[in-house]
Amino acid sequence: MANVQSPELKKIMEREYSAGFVTNIESDSIPLGLNEETIRLISAKKNEPDFMLQWRLQAYQHWLTLKEPHWAHLKYAPINYQNICYYSAPKVKPQVNSLEEIDPELLKTYEKLGIPLKEQERLSGIAVDAVFDSVSVATTFKDKLATLGIIFCSFSEAVREHPRLIQQYLGTVVPYTDNFFACLNAAVFTDGSFCFIPKGVRCPMELSTYFRINAVATGQFERTLIIAEEDSTVSYLEGCTAPMRDENQLHAAVVELIALDRAEIKYSTVQNWYPGDKDGKGGIYNFVTKRGLCRGIRSKISWTQVETGSAITWKYPSVILRGDYSVGEFYSVALTNHRQQADTGTKMIHMGAHTKSTILSKSIAAGFGQNNYRGLVRVTPNAHHAQNYTQCDTLLFGAHCGGHTFPYVEIKNKTAKIEHEATTGKISEEQLFYCRQRGMDTEEAISMIVNGFCKQVFKELPMEFAVEAQKLLSVSLEGAIG
Amino acid sequence: MSITKPLLEIRDLHVSVNDKAILQGINLTIGSGEVHAIMGPNGSGKSTLANLIARKEGYQVTQGHLTYLGEDLLTFSPEVSASLGIFLGFQYPIAIPGVTNAHFLKTAFNAQRKAQGKALLDAMDFLTIIKEKMALLDMPETLLYRALNDGFSGGEKKRNEILQMLLLEPKLALLDEIDSGLDIDALKAVAAGINANRSSDRAMILITHYQRLLDYVKPDFVHVMANGKIVKSGDKSLAIELENRGYAWI
Repeated sequence: MANVQSPELKKIMEREYSAGFVTNIESDSIPLGLNEETIRLISAKKNEPDFMLQWRLQAYQHWLTLKEPHWAHLKYAPINYQNICYYSAPKVKPQVNSLEEIDPELLKTYEKLGIPLKEQERLSGIAVDAVFDSVSVATTFKDKLATLGIIFCSFSEAVREHPRLIQQYLGTVVPYTDNFFACLNAAVFTDGSFCFIPKGVRCPMELSTYFRINAVATGQFERTLIIAEEDSTVSYLEGCTAPMRDENQLHAAVVELIALDRAEIKYSTVQNWYPGDKDGKGGIYNFVTKRGLCRGIRSKISWTQVETGSAITWKYPSVILRGDYSVGEFYSVALTNHRQQADTGTKMIHMGAHTKSTILSKSIAAGFGQNNYRGLVRVTPNAHHAQNYTQCDTLLFGAHCGGHTFPYVEIKNKTAKIEHEATTGKISEEQLFYCRQRGMDTEEAISMIVNGFCKQVFKELPMEFAVEAQKLLSVSLEGAIG
Repeated sequence: MSITKPLLEIRDLHVSVNDKAILQGINLTIGSGEVHAIMGPNGSGKSTLANLIARKEGYQVTQGHLTYLGEDLLTFSPEVSASLGIFLGFQYPIAIPGVTNAHFLKTAFNAQRKAQGKALLDAMDFLTIIKEKMALLDMPETLLYRALNDGFSGGEKKRNEILQMLLLEPKLALLDEIDSGLDIDALKAVAAGINANRSSDRAMILITHYQRLLDYVKPDFVHVMANGKIVKSGDKSLAIELENRGYAWI
């Protein structure tokens, strides 16, 4: 095996998480803790209509009856829900009319992260909604999109400006009764993105939300809702980072996607929340519920995720295939290094006839990382001629990491066609030697082999994201061999 | 061959793998421009010698020394020895799923150029060079866009090894059973590649069981290995005699 003692490797191993800086900005934060008053306070701060407050309160009452789930293959210290700040916002006026009004510190933060918010500075046409701690601070290209009837704004704004759509769709895919973390989110969510593509419109640019946790002891509970009406298409990107802090921070988001007849939604995530240090101190607890509903005939929802950050990842982006001939896809690369743990996968629920799903999961574990794929393929009695193809591959580095696969299959219709393939392997010394004999150093060789392993997933990402994902993977794996 | 300093000098080399002695006193001198053939039965230590020169890990040198251009070769990592001009053509080329042959070749090429302080080549310039070399080996361009050695036939793998040698232009190429498992057309293409690589500043070591490769590539020297030693050295006629009389003869 490669010599882990080399000074070059050591230096790289100790390299810091590059998005780990803190922005010095005054925050308006409410006291720590969670009770009905907290929820009323959040709702009031956001000037919400009463229906929203009532929904939150119902969720909270339900949450009190729930217990934190522990079925995942994860180990972590108990979360004290009373020791979290549920609302933190930059003190400047959060909703601004033009970018000139944004605090320069905030603009600098996003520029440092490579997300310039000034539209004219963006090379490609990507509209961005930037969420900083609990609130959305800017949404770009809004006017241009509005001419097509596309609504792309912060969730808070949607609640105020488009209450009818919110009331019609909120919680229809992930009801607050769904699970512990989704229920908590329903009670305390602070912001997120909202996106509505009207009938027959193909969204002309990538829509993107960039989430940033900055404040200390703050949880981020964002909620995203995307509705694609008949014959519309949209591609949506999500990126996330957080500063390095010694304490764990909770992130419990909910994403709901709804595709009507022949609509297509493509949702891509590059998740790079702070993973904690190499000894497992600090990092984000990422407990996320993401689900799409293929409500219409021939609709399609596709999830692509590259998960390299977070101390704990608990996440199963799923698709309910209700419309006949609808299609669900899940493409995932999950990497755990040092002490990171991930329990991630998907659920494909086939309800309509001739529905089709594809699951492609690539797990990489290094250091003491634990990486689990957990997936469910369910075919209900009326889902005639449903098809699923699942492939789960795991790549391990060294002797201390772990990779597990938990595939669940429930078939209630005999016409279903289900295929499952799984492999587990290590980067072989032969592969490394072959690359090194041709002149590449160990890091370069590993990066090449791992990117090859993930290629089928990366090719599903929009071009700009694919390049970022490849780099991120290489950086996250540096020093992994030993 | 009049040269001042030998390219590779091996003196009384003893090598073990997991405490089992494999090489037991090898002496060999290779000068620039020379082509040596090393023959011998299975298990005689030929591949061990080639892998050690290419700096594969897992070999213990218990005695003797190995110098390359006057420097102790044993202090080099595989990538350093590669950038100094040592190339190993693998007996069993390794597959890397998802990585195209073109990407692999370009990365290797530029890694060596970087180490040698030369300018890196962009994709267009690189493709021009590689396509020219492929034509010489009668290789279809489609092979550039398939995953490296993944599902390649035996002949495709071996041609691809020779392609890499022609691309990287090593000072010392070790070709480990480059002729095994080849049909006659592939053998001729591989031999053409080897002959194209011959020049006064490049040496090659051909490791082979059979003398049929040597019908197409005329070596300057032939050595016979048995039980971890070079037991006989000579010219091309030694290979023919060996073919006629078998290894039992030595």
